Amino acid sequence: MSARPALSRYPDSLSPPCAQPSPRGAEILINALVHEGVDSIFGYPGGAVLHIYDELWRARDRITHYLVRHEQGAVHMAEGYARASGRVGVALVTSGPGATNAITGIANAYMDSTPIVVITGQVPLRLIGTDAFQEVDTVGITRPCVKHNYLVRDVCDLAAVVHEAFHLARTGRPGPVVIDIPKDVSAAQASYSRLDHIRFPISERISYLDRRALSCAASQILKAERPVMYVGGGIVNSGASEELRALAEHLQLPVTPTLMGLGGFPSAHSLSLGMLGMHGTYTANMAVAESDLLIAVGVRFDDRVTGKLATFAPHARVIHIDIDPANVGKNRLPDLSLIADARQALKALREEISFRDYAEIVRSITQRSKWWDQLRHWQREQPLRFSGSRDRIKPQHVIRELHRLTSGEAIIASDVGQHQMWAAQFYPFKHERQWITSGGLGAMGFGVPAAIGAQLAFRDRLVIAVVGDGGFQMTNQELATAVQYELPIKVVIMNNGYLGMVRQWQEMFHERTYSEVDLSVAPDFVKLADAYGAFARRASRPEELTAVLQAGLEHDGVSVIDVVVEKEENVFPIVPAGANSRDMIFQSEGV
Amino acid sequence: MRHTLSIVVSDRPGELSRIVGLFSARGFNIETISAGATLDPQWARVTIVTRGDDRTIDQICKQCARLARVRDVQDVTTRPHIEREMALITVNAEAGLPRQEVLNLVGIFRAKVVDVSHSQIVVEASGNKEKVETFIEMLKPIGIHEITRTGRIAIGRLSNLEAEEDETDGNHETNETYESHQSYSSRSPN
Ligand SMILES: Cc1ncc(C[n+]2csc(CCOP(=O)(O)OP(=O)(O)O)c2C)c(N)n1
Ligand SMILES: [Mg+2]
Repeated sequence: MSARPALSRYPDSLSPPCAQPSPRGAEILINALVHEGVDSIFGYPGGAVLHIYDELWRARDRITHYLVRHEQGAVHMAEGYARASGRVGVALVTSGPGATNAITGIANAYMDSTPIVVITGQVPLRLIGTDAFQEVDTVGITRPCVKHNYLVRDVCDLAAVVHEAFHLARTGRPGPVVIDIPKDVSAAQASYSRLDHIRFPISERISYLDRRALSCAASQILKAERPVMYVGGGIVNSGASEELRALAEHLQLPVTPTLMGLGGFPSAHSLSLGMLGMHGTYTANMAVAESDLLIAVGVRFDDRVTGKLATFAPHARVIHIDIDPANVGKNRLPDLSLIADARQALKALREEISFRDYAEIVRSITQRSKWWDQLRHWQREQPLRFSGSRDRIKPQHVIRELHRLTSGEAIIASDVGQHQMWAAQFYPFKHERQWITSGGLGAMGFGVPAAIGAQLAFRDRLVIAVVGDGGFQMTNQELATAVQYELPIKVVIMNNGYLGMVRQWQEMFHERTYSEVDLSVAPDFVKLADAYGAFARRASRPEELTAVLQAGLEHDGVSVIDVVVEKEENVFPIVPAGANSRDMIFQSEGV
Repeated sequence: MRHTLSIVVSDRPGELSRIVGLFSARGFNIETISAGATLDPQWARVTIVTRGDDRTIDQICKQCARLARVRDVQDVTTRPHIEREMALITVNAEAGLPRQEVLNLVGIFRAKVVDVSHSQIVVEASGNKEKVETFIEMLKPIGIHEITRTGRIAIGRLSNLEAEEDETDGNHETNETYESHQSYSSRSPN
């Protein structure tokens, strides 16, 4: 509707002339990274990247390398860095096992549209295809979970490839790009020029907002009696939160963010309905179920949001704004779509509306007063709630306390599981990029390294990893990285002795068959953290909680707070997978 | 419905496998695929015949267009076009009646004899899918030893008047959809 067909494409003329032999591939790589503004790399060395590490050592005053303890951690750190700062995160790993260990992070970045560049070493060109030591087909393995990838066969291409990779990672719908560099390519010599002249033969989707579509969207919004703005990660990626807020406030539109959209609209704002989807609020899910117009911005109608697609927003016309045309019509066919950057589209929409008759706007707002009555009614009827306890620490309460003690200003990186949902529900986010979570892939082990990456992006801010006892044990070795580089993250372990989210599903949907979810045999996390050189405390009783949290948060180095919480607490509400989103299940006991 | 997609992609190692990989990863099917050079050596054209309802085809085109090195995706089925495929067929045909029968069919289908031995004959047929298939069906009772078929290729039609050999071309019913033909050029100028 809005993206015009291409008029021209540039050919693949990427190779600069290779004239005088001078720097080696590794040096070219480092220079290109510096040109791209990279000052930090998360990595782990190995045979295939030795030349690159030589060069990194020489360039250590320009680029700081952070030695991780597992390559998955390197990529998650790059993601955390990118998600917190909006800049491209960079990870460097060796061939074979280095590359395979990095896959989880790459897939995670792909699902959550995070701009990262992952550089992998490869066996020398002449050994490719011979099942050489530590050879894997990295380009083949990563192909389905990257935005693009390269096997650099000619050192003369290297600089251009790096620049193009960064360009691709951050433009359009962001995503991971992998550069696979054979050992002899990083060792080979070539001339290097800045290559400013290169015009990319690749995606630069400048959207042309179609006036007619915009005007039509504006009219539909003004006419709608029961509109809802359903907003996601695209808001955060495009930095659209100001525009979103301005539009919502101007027309008094209710807003519900997805898990990925949290922070894109202030959770405590009076126009916010809270999160949408499987563990979303009653109001948000009901509002969508009853809505007559869904304004979907930077979202992809993911199954964790829609439940049963056929019954999702059954009465609503849909306006879908997204930068990726493939997202439009993939799951839900919209009535109107704008292929555009969310911020630009929202700005244009607001301008379009500002040309309208003032009376029309007033009429639009007043005709929705009934809708707001209904929304407020739902909010009173079923607010997010949990039952208190005198002798057990409630996980939801932990999040509330964290919120209070941090004045709602901390950057929260979460792992995956129940604690993730409680953090999403009970920590009202104020700003975009304040919430960093693994949404699409749901990768346990994300929390701690992502927090480290975020802390590197903002050394002075309070960064908290909210993790489960299960996920923490997947990447807790990165505490060593945090301690080594004095990246003072605070890790809050919601220790329920279970793979809690799985246990909850077993309880609710598998006749309480608690098969293989018991984590009661675990290390003493306080001793473990202490062994890593971190400050550590435990809270087991409600009356200890505040003081322990405070001590952990106020400590100026890395700290780990082991919070022993209610073991069999469940996340509510829950829309069972694939169910109609009206069919939410709520907490059984009162309060 | 069956659709023929024409995809222009950078002619570099690995690019074809990106397209094929995308089809399998997203559960799209490939009936036939063929790839070849275009006028510009930097770009290759991949022609894929696939099946799906309109939304599936739309998704396939958009997903292909999203690949960094894909320049253009056209669903040629939505406008007048010409499709061809080719088959090389080794038929068991001794001299005499069977061979005469094969030669008759070769004449009717405007096929070609490209090789011959005492007991076998290799024929080449080209045309749209239906024609090639009918030809093969007719040869079967005589005894086919081996078949090699190409994938389908397609090109836009210049005019609708050129009936000649194309009476049997499908998709005449799509002529009126000309106006709405879909282009999934992945890039806009900047
Ligand atoms: C790498 C990985 N393996 C398995 C899962 C499936 N899974 C989802 S939540 C969960 C339990 C997480 O347990 P824990 O980290 O203790 O968090 P809790 O739910 O108890 O808060 C599991 C196993 C996953 N998401 N990621
Ligand atoms: Mg747990």
